[in-house]
Amino acid sequence: MTDAATALPLPAQRRGPLAAMWRRLRRNPVTLGALGVIVVLTVVAVLAPVVAPFDPEATDPAIALSAPTWQNLLGTDVYGRDQLSRLIHAARLDLIIPFASTAAALVIGALIGALSGYRGGWVDQVIMRMVEAVLAFPAFVLAMGLTAALGNSIGNIILTLAITQVPIYIRLIRGEMLRVREMEYAEAARTVGNPSWRIVVVHLLPNCIPPLIVQATLAMGFALLTMAALSFLGLGIRPPDAEWGEMTAEGASHMVTGEWWLFVFPGLVIMATVLAFNLIGDGLRDLLDPRMRGVR
Amino acid sequence: MSLLEVSGLTVHFATDDGPVEAVHGLDLSVGAGEILGLVGESGSGKSVTGFSILRLIRPPGRIVRGSVRLDGRDLLTLPEEEMRRIRGARIALVPQSPRTALNPVITIGTQIARLFELHGDLSRRAAWNRGIEALDQVGVPDAARRMGQYAHQLSGGTCQRVMIAMALASSPQLLIADEPTTGLDVSIAARILGLLRELGTRTGAAIILITHDLGVVAETCHRVAVMHAGQLVETGTVRALFRQPLHPYTRALVRSIPRIDREVALEPIPGAVPSLLHASPGCRYMARCPHALEVCRKNKPSLDVVEADHRVACHALEANRAAVA
Repeated sequence: MTDAATALPLPAQRRGPLAAMWRRLRRNPVTLGALGVIVVLTVVAVLAPVVAPFDPEATDPAIALSAPTWQNLLGTDVYGRDQLSRLIHAARLDLIIPFASTAAALVIGALIGALSGYRGGWVDQVIMRMVEAVLAFPAFVLAMGLTAALGNSIGNIILTLAITQVPIYIRLIRGEMLRVREMEYAEAARTVGNPSWRIVVVHLLPNCIPPLIVQATLAMGFALLTMAALSFLGLGIRPPDAEWGEMTAEGASHMVTGEWWLFVFPGLVIMATVLAFNLIGDGLRDLLDPRMRGVR
Repeated sequence: MSLLEVSGLTVHFATDDGPVEAVHGLDLSVGAGEILGLVGESGSGKSVTGFSILRLIRPPGRIVRGSVRLDGRDLLTLPEEEMRRIRGARIALVPQSPRTALNPVITIGTQIARLFELHGDLSRRAAWNRGIEALDQVGVPDAARRMGQYAHQLSGGTCQRVMIAMALASSPQLLIADEPTTGLDVSIAARILGLLRELGTRTGAAIILITHDLGVVAETCHRVAVMHAGQLVETGTVRALFRQPLHPYTRALVRSIPRIDREVALEPIPGAVPSLLHASPGCRYMARCPHALEVCRKNKPSLDVVEADHRVACHALEANRAAVA
């Protein structure tokens, strides 16, 4: 009898949290679609030299400013460069830069925010005043100022985007810390003699992750948009490197002369990507909501 | 000398209207292998006392006066780093609500094994195996599988067993159990208490059992300390205190235990714990006391010995003796 009982399978507990997440994700076609867009873009970016039909920097005056044809699916620019190939290669910079800057901002922001929220007192006061000082500048104006001052290398653009984002994470994690540090498991961690840094990093930070993931995803869209805008203004990626914002800027000068494909396609790509990031962020917010836990 | 000697412990909480005296001049002692019940209604300062012993009172709370001696060493004057090494290792706490005291995003096993790594200097693998043993010892069925689960997958009783296993991980000299049976049904509660009693005799650890349930005390403890409004009003052996409850508050508590063997109407205690902000210089139980005298208004009664190991803080001793006689 007991043997039969122990032999019973335990399906609900054998499935990991990732499987449960996947099940819920499948029920949410919008998020799934957005996720698909980003996955496809990432694959295309990684395989850019293989996927792109032409060399993005190869010029051909003979076909300059050609409208979309079967050969050049999205047309060509003033120098006769294939626009599709340029868009594909640009995906590399346009994904890596927002990703790197968001990752950097997230790690730095989480650590500073955790310190601020857990320690409280004057440490918290000083950090919060500094955060407010940075947030007092409109993010884009700050980004413009920083790239103008630092010079627009790729490293500096990442740094700039990270600096504009860091205060948001600091505030977010500080708020979460204020909440979780009063939890009983924090108290329990203290009663067994854990050092403070360990309580924060091992016991408390993992409990702050869900809102952090959501914020990071939304921030990816924002970072991409900021970078594209910087490039549009000539403060971001410099030609001849392909970048969507910079391509839109070049295309914009052709708006009056009717070469519509030069600004419509890069613009659409930016729009779709930013939208995808925001939709994923929204979807994740629902997905990670503790009230949704256990809903199958 | 006892294992733990608390004397003159006074804890204040700063508020906008001035300090609140959560614990006032508390004297307490527990010997090795002894189980002391710390009783009183909500807000009487039981848990604050427990946390003070671990020196984990956080602002706005502050330990103002007193000493907490463990093996003769005053914990209140130790540097924080040394105190940190005592917590969990020599003094352990079983928290009030076991489910929320377990970290929701870390598996039970990781949380327990970590303790053996921290205090036992064991390798990760050895610590994990010790964790399984520890769970086995407190009667968690299927311990090896439980190790990989999260708090929300366990029942309340199992969570409490896990907490007890964790508290015992380092074989502490003193175990503070803060209402370990709240929220558990009676049969589970009885088993948890039995477990504590058994562990007391087996490991020789001193146990402070914080509770508001005198029934639990009668069944589990050797000695009792009754707290009211941050002060100790009566202490003694369980036998003496139940046979002859000399403080009117203790009597009221005893009378409010439901009985199944006799038809007695339950008598609620009138009033509530008085505000500890601007506490009166006199007896804090006065407003609720049926035997209040004129002296009670001005002078705080001291905790006087009435019998071997039975002490009471009350001016109206004669009336009290008459009441229990």
